[in-house]
Amino acid sequence: MTRQIYMDNAATTPIKKEVLDAMMPYFTEKFGNASSVYRVGRESKKALDESREKVAKSIGAKPKEIYFTGGGSEADNWAIKGVAFANRNKGNHIITSKIEHPAVLNTCEYLEKEGFEVTYLDVDEYGLINLDELKNSIKDETILITIMFANNEIGTIQPVKEIGEIAHQKGIYFHTDAVQAIGNVAINVEELNIDMLSLSAHKIYGPKGVGALYIRQGVKVHPYMHGGAQEKSRRAGTENIPGIVGLGKAIELATNNLEEHNSKLLKLRNKLINDVMSKIDYVRLNGHPEKRLPGNVNFSFEFIEGEALLLSLDMVGIAGSSGSACSSGSLDPSHVLMAIGLPHEIAHGSLRLSLGDFNNEEDIDYVVENLGIIVNRLRQMSPLYEKVRGNA
Amino acid sequence: MYSEKVMDHFSNPRNVGEIQNADGVGEVGNAKCGDIMKMYLKIDDGIITDVKFKTFGCGSAIASSSMATELVKGKTIDEALGITNKAVAEALDGLPPVKMHCSVLAEQAIKSALLDYSKKNGIQIKGLENFDPNEDAHDHGDHE
Repeated sequence: MTRQIYMDNAATTPIKKEVLDAMMPYFTEKFGNASSVYRVGRESKKALDESREKVAKSIGAKPKEIYFTGGGSEADNWAIKGVAFANRNKGNHIITSKIEHPAVLNTCEYLEKEGFEVTYLDVDEYGLINLDELKNSIKDETILITIMFANNEIGTIQPVKEIGEIAHQKGIYFHTDAVQAIGNVAINVEELNIDMLSLSAHKIYGPKGVGALYIRQGVKVHPYMHGGAQEKSRRAGTENIPGIVGLGKAIELATNNLEEHNSKLLKLRNKLINDVMSKIDYVRLNGHPEKRLPGNVNFSFEFIEGEALLLSLDMVGIAGSSGSACSSGSLDPSHVLMAIGLPHEIAHGSLRLSLGDFNNEEDIDYVVENLGIIVNRLRQMSPLYEKVRGNA
Repeated sequence: MYSEKVMDHFSNPRNVGEIQNADGVGEVGNAKCGDIMKMYLKIDDGIITDVKFKTFGCGSAIASSSMATELVKGKTIDEALGITNKAVAEALDGLPPVKMHCSVLAEQAIKSALLDYSKKNGIQIKGLENFDPNEDAHDHGDHE
């Protein structure tokens, strides 16, 4: 059987055994509704409270500032719409960036249709926003700045603390989508001036369908879901206790293992980058060379197309992802690759390999070896490569 | 997403390469859209005796090129002109709707190479009068 190597950890991660073990009892014997008064209900409530404490501790927040959601996208939606609608009397202007996750961009687009004004900040060739441009974009009507902590495609980490400072100097709320950053970057919401932060369990070896939104005490935000009194009446619905327990355990493990995790992934990431760049011609590393997630690698291989690359990698058991248009069925390559200024033909040949705790050095060697063969094979088929060779 | 036949032609593409001194060469698509197909034809006495291709594109684009070369080989010019994108897609046991443009590109690549042949030889080929090789096929649309 072909060796199977998973390098799409930015898309999702497998659940770790410790996380699954923690969750299992809450599907069966500890199945109670956390709102019930009897023992099995109290057990669920206790698990809910403990998980809230774990999530809060991991980002330097208070437990009462943590609200569980159905995932990162829900948290983003809630933060942005919640602030927008609750603070409309103050203003109707929101600032974000052009490289946000669709959960943010599409929410902002929705709000534009509802009469809000949104400024989409440009990014430089590495994917960083310009702080002066941010300052200059602020108006009297600005009520929210929402900028992602780290980009899901190119891994670039934004100057979050400085963004928060700028926001607070002007009395504007600052939300950050930290779905990719949690478990990869040390985060303290107090030190980083963050008012709201979105996170998700399945990017940190926890279950899918559960996330959390940190809302700093005092931030004026509309409820997300109306119904029962769960989550202090701000997000109604019976709590997903097994999922929440999984999130609590996953974030606890991620926080405790952060140093070890980072050091391992940095070593693997740098090896992958160095080996690919030294062994394959016409390759570009997308994203910031240093300010990037420890497990993120994003290359553009000139003269070939990303989906063909992904299919070929899959045939030798390697799972990655691409920002090429043909893998998504759209006409344009990823908005992130376009925003950092890549020409279409280069962006089409992009490949993201996101490393995780279950990867090792042998995986890198296997990927580099096969990548070289595949890139060469596809280039031999490419009329664009033929032109370059003809000119050489 | 892809049929076994598409995957077969993608992983083992037939007729990849170039023909030196080809009688007709056609290139369609553009790098901006992520698909370029280049087709080379060898034509003897009105029969396509050899065909090669080079493609920059996704799995479906490579498979469509490969299948198109298989379909035109040994055909007369008229028969080759009768190969539609639908025929290419059907021969591949279908393509996802969003990838049908790849089969259109394959049809255009054949026509483009035949147009080049007609120009080189100063002959008119019926059916190519209104063919524009620069026409954009990359609309991911509803071609049949």
